[in-house]
Amino acid sequence: MRTRLLALVLLLLLGGCSAGGTRDDGRITLRFQSLAWQEESVEANKQLVREWNATHPDVRVEYVQGSWDSVHDQLLTAFEGGEAPDIVHDASDDLADFAHGGYLADLTGLLPARLTSDIPRRSWETTTFGNGVYGVPFLQEPRVLIANATWLRRSGARIPTPEQPWTWEEFRGITERLSGPGRFGVAWPLKEPVSATLNLSLSAGGQLFHRGPDGKVTVRFGAAEEVVPRTVHAQANTDRSASPTTLGSGGSDTLPGFFAGRYAMVPLGFSYRQQIAQQAPKGFAWQVLPAPAGADGLIQGVSPQTLSIAEDCRHKKEAAQFLAFFLRPASMVRLALGDWMLPTGRQALKDPALHRHKDGWDIGTALAEHLRPAPAQSVRGYPEWKDKVATPAFQEYYSGAIGIGELRRRLERDGNLVLARYQR
Amino acid sequence: MRTALPARAGRYAALLAYLVFLAFPFLWLVSTAFKPPRELGSLHPTWIPEEPTLDNFRQAFAEQPLLHAAFNSLAAALAAAVVAVLIATPMAYVLARRRTRLATAVTGWVVVSQAFPFVLLIIPLFLVLKNLRLIDSVPGLVLVYVVWALPFALWMLAGYVRAVPPELEEAAAVDGAGRVRTLVSVTAPLLAPGIVATGLFAFITAWNEFFFALVLLKTPEKQTLPVVLTHFIGAEGVADLGPLAAAAFLATLPSLVVFALIQRRITGGMLTGAVKS
Repeated sequence: MRTRLLALVLLLLLGGCSAGGTRDDGRITLRFQSLAWQEESVEANKQLVREWNATHPDVRVEYVQGSWDSVHDQLLTAFEGGEAPDIVHDASDDLADFAHGGYLADLTGLLPARLTSDIPRRSWETTTFGNGVYGVPFLQEPRVLIANATWLRRSGARIPTPEQPWTWEEFRGITERLSGPGRFGVAWPLKEPVSATLNLSLSAGGQLFHRGPDGKVTVRFGAAEEVVPRTVHAQANTDRSASPTTLGSGGSDTLPGFFAGRYAMVPLGFSYRQQIAQQAPKGFAWQVLPAPAGADGLIQGVSPQTLSIAEDCRHKKEAAQFLAFFLRPASMVRLALGDWMLPTGRQALKDPALHRHKDGWDIGTALAEHLRPAPAQSVRGYPEWKDKVATPAFQEYYSGAIGIGELRRRLERDGNLVLARYQR
Repeated sequence: MRTALPARAGRYAALLAYLVFLAFPFLWLVSTAFKPPRELGSLHPTWIPEEPTLDNFRQAFAEQPLLHAAFNSLAAALAAAVVAVLIATPMAYVLARRRTRLATAVTGWVVVSQAFPFVLLIIPLFLVLKNLRLIDSVPGLVLVYVVWALPFALWMLAGYVRAVPPELEEAAAVDGAGRVRTLVSVTAPLLAPGIVATGLFAFITAWNEFFFALVLLKTPEKQTLPVVLTHFIGAEGVADLGPLAAAAFLATLPSLVVFALIQRRITGGMLTGAVKS
């Protein structure tokens, strides 16, 4: 909070402080700040930078290690101070402020057709703000169900596949069947309930944010938006098939209970498989299942990881060339494998390594075509709506403190007041 | 007067509980640092790793330039501590010995400055450093650390100076010692515990500091240990727990070693500063 405040004040006071960025000592040097943090991923990133430097003596790329933990504040301060890296790794839901603030270069016309046509239109939408494209979406992850395979098999429940997923209703019934004294069919890690709920709600057709003919966005919490919250609420409060203690937990916090046989399933991001593969006790059998489907099938929202070029970068053409090199299909596969995520590129998605049954790669890859931009990421005022209105409202609803009517009232009435301030 | 046994036992029990409270996070960190991934995912974690391993340390060193970052932290923290003490000592002496209105005002200002929000300090500092071209430089970071530590160091040292009886300095003057000789031979040795304690405070503050280092240093080779530690943390707060614990454990070692070595002097210094004769 304090750092955010600091960054905000810096934004107000340091505007136009100075320029800087790219260094140029005869040959071009580009600074690339990567947020890769897992061992294999860091190695894949560094290796690709080495390969670029070996084949492009005139344009040297310098690898700079960043951190997801503080990236927004660090980048905002760096942009304002004219010290930003030339190439920036981030996530699409963090780009809106930077794009609207003029800190990122519009990539339209800079990237080769090979790259722009390889990444689907729906992925490009996550980095398109106004008329400009401010990042290349390159890695993404669906939310999946990680299940205790032995427990599930013994229950006799139908195993869902991407072709025949569970419906939300079926999912509720199965978690109830799997539950018993001290054992729960599912453990929802809902420390951040808003993005999980909104992204999964797309499967039932729940958009929540509706843009009117005047271009203004309003919140409408209708029947389609209610499907996922009602299911979770019922599991936690009526059926007692969802652990009430994990509702405030992060994904990693649910794993010890999952390994100990307390929870049959945990809805997690696809990349959590790395942690599970590493930490699961010997002999523990787990499997990846698609998240339940609604009226709109398996569709769900995602905020892909992105690579952008700073507006201050003096060598945008060369930086774009590096992006094209860095995101060749084979490289995208290496990056995806390193991060246990999915590439956005169609060519990369065809790679056999991403279709292996082991560790559930095949399930995730089959879900790729169903991924859409997270509903809220281009909505101005979304962060404030999320923090002040939606997060406490969903937390109280899932814990049973308020009912669906009160949840709707808060999301719509309080929420629209917040959004209206940003759309005057 | 002898204290009743139950009262003493209660006091020791409270002390023990406090010690456990203080030591718990560190002991947990040490335990985690030596655990393999499978034990980190256990619902019933043990204090003593069942299959202790050094893999977390190996991985931490392989993935991040920990030694280099530690060297940067050490250089910045040592420089900050030395400069802060060099500036604070004569200032504290003047503040404590000269009972002028200005000294009272300065002391009051120092105390009030401690209550200032963080943001009010960083912005002028950032602007100054920018103009002096000290962004992305360790000297710039040291300058910030000195400014950051100085008010409290000054306030702390002034307390120690006040605890040194002025009569000792007067006696030295009567014996023919000049001003400088008195300060060097009489006052300075008595202030040594206070100077050490103050230096240590400045050192620890700088050693642990994260945000200034994150904002001011851009070049990877210049990053300090707290910044490098965050590289073990991924999106949505997911952490590479084993290597993170191993690296964090190593990061706490210098503070522990320094404290262990000069613990007696600090305790003596603290008492000296705390009680007026």
